[in-house]
Amino acid sequence: MVERALPEIPRLGGSVAHRGMPSWLKGLRREPRVVVAGGYLLLLLLAAIFAPLVSPHDPLEQDLMLNTLPPAFSAGADPGYVLGTDSLGRDIASRLIHGARVALTVAIVAALAAGAFGTVLGLLAGYYGGWVDAVVSRLIDIWMAFPPVLLSILLVAMIGTGLTSVILAIVIIDWTRFCRVVRSETLQQTRMDYVDAAVVLGRSRWTILTREVLPNVLPVVLVLLSLEMGIAVIVEAVLSFVGLSVSSDMPTWGGMIAEGRQIIYHGWWVMVFPLSLLVLTVLAFNQLGDGLRRLTDPVMRR
Amino acid sequence: MLSSRALRQVVFAIVTLFGVAVVSFVLLRVVPGDPIAMMIAPGASAEDIARLRAAYGLDKGLVAQFVIWLGHALTGDFGTSISMRQNVVHLIAGRLPATIELTLTALAVGLALGIGAAVASTLGTRRLIGSTVDNANGILLAVPDFVWALAFVLLFGVAWPILPISGRVDPRLAIDFTTSFLLIESLLRLRLDIARDVLAHMIMPAMALALPLAAVILRVLKGALESEALRDYALLARIRGASRLRVTLRETLRNAMIPTLALTGVQFTFMFGGTVIVERIFAYPGIGNLAIDAVINRDLPLVQGLILTFGLIFILINLAVEASFALLNPRLRHG
Repeated sequence: MVERALPEIPRLGGSVAHRGMPSWLKGLRREPRVVVAGGYLLLLLLAAIFAPLVSPHDPLEQDLMLNTLPPAFSAGADPGYVLGTDSLGRDIASRLIHGARVALTVAIVAALAAGAFGTVLGLLAGYYGGWVDAVVSRLIDIWMAFPPVLLSILLVAMIGTGLTSVILAIVIIDWTRFCRVVRSETLQQTRMDYVDAAVVLGRSRWTILTREVLPNVLPVVLVLLSLEMGIAVIVEAVLSFVGLSVSSDMPTWGGMIAEGRQIIYHGWWVMVFPLSLLVLTVLAFNQLGDGLRRLTDPVMRR
Repeated sequence: MLSSRALRQVVFAIVTLFGVAVVSFVLLRVVPGDPIAMMIAPGASAEDIARLRAAYGLDKGLVAQFVIWLGHALTGDFGTSISMRQNVVHLIAGRLPATIELTLTALAVGLALGIGAAVASTLGTRRLIGSTVDNANGILLAVPDFVWALAFVLLFGVAWPILPISGRVDPRLAIDFTTSFLLIESLLRLRLDIARDVLAHMIMPAMALALPLAAVILRVLKGALESEALRDYALLARIRGASRLRVTLRETLRNAMIPTLALTGVQFTFMFGGTVIVERIFAYPGIGNLAIDAVINRDLPLVQGLILTFGLIFILINLAVEASFALLNPRLRHG
């Protein structure tokens, strides 16, 4: 189809259009949780990126003379170890910061990959309908019938442990979360007037899908991405807790929790700090997703 | 007499189980390595190996191998666990009762908490109770069983040590049980001291599994109760002078349970997934804990057996949910 110079089409059902900088800021003021959660996650990300610079100690350095030191605010603490040390005398604060690297790598890579895969299939199924939709919908049904645990046990048993298999397992199991929502959202958007207008104006189906429908589906994907990152952080922690994630020479929150569980009666802090950071991070992703949903939902915005 | 709907469900269940069996078989063949080498004891003679190879049909094609494997599986022969050197079926049968007792307890607790909270939230005259429940539930929904389990260990195992944090029964109390259903058996034998100890070991893992379930039930049931309360039959009952509690218990709860039940079935299968990690945390000797050991040790015969066990459990849960739909909704009984 020939592309012609077109006047700006008003996007009737769009939640992206008509949103300048000021109303965007106003929205953030109405949803302070987005700022708080987003700010915390940004800080965590920066700490993870610059982990070697900001950690006070080497996360792997053992000092058995200084094992199971309590955190700085309690008696018998060493001020050099703010959050204390574990049973091998390794600095807990530094291990937490380095552990954020694994957690956030898994969260970002797995969520983006699952999101990309699910969104593409969902867009195609919702927009083209017909046999494409039939195939994708059947695929989702089959996937949902397979319980996630069974699938993850199977996957880890087959491909072995390690960062790649953790990410792969999350993507293989969770792409349906995106696909289902994007498919139904695309179905809804496709019925709207702005799509008809674009058809009348002679735009190709591909252009309509990528330039018109996709921008209106993206806010939903953004919300799902945030929630999925929270799920991925939990899954990674669970797998490293049971020793099915990365090798033990890389600090992970789940691994630290497992070590803390072993010596729970000698040093509660060894488990409490990684567990608290894990909960805080998961809640942050949840609140960010929830806030983004309220911000981008045209009904809730009023 | 089976209706055609029930028949369809059963046929679907068998097909699904067959699918799980195929996947579980392919798993053993896709993974590099000789399946016989994993089954035999070290130091077996070449003659033994050849005999096993023929017994499992490894000299034949893949389909023939599958048929032979399925034949073994149907007669309850899943081979020998590599890491534990025991018959896979015996191993699973010994651990399964612990998981069944745990998950059924968790299911009962989760249903009671979820339904109780949902009914209580309909009693509030104004929005106060409702919004409090909603806000608390928002947090409940975000916290997974893994975190609950560890929080309970810290709270009731360490900070205020009133509950044991690992195992299933105090070894000093253990008598020679004839079954592995320790809770049921000790209750039947009226050994209440043992039953109490088993319950004390079970309460924290069961709560960790029950709370996420209760949160989901609460959210769905509360919504369903609210919309049912606006229907004519419920309003009529109110106009005739029945109290909110009476209308909820006698009229709307039954209808609102139908969507809730479908969800409970799905969540109950998720709960079996949750046992994998929760049993690990509490060193509880169930099949979830066994599954992690099996995967860590790459014990493929055991993994296969466990996958089929989990698959069977999921299918039975789905059948049970379908059957209870028919009980609650007479329209589904025929057709």
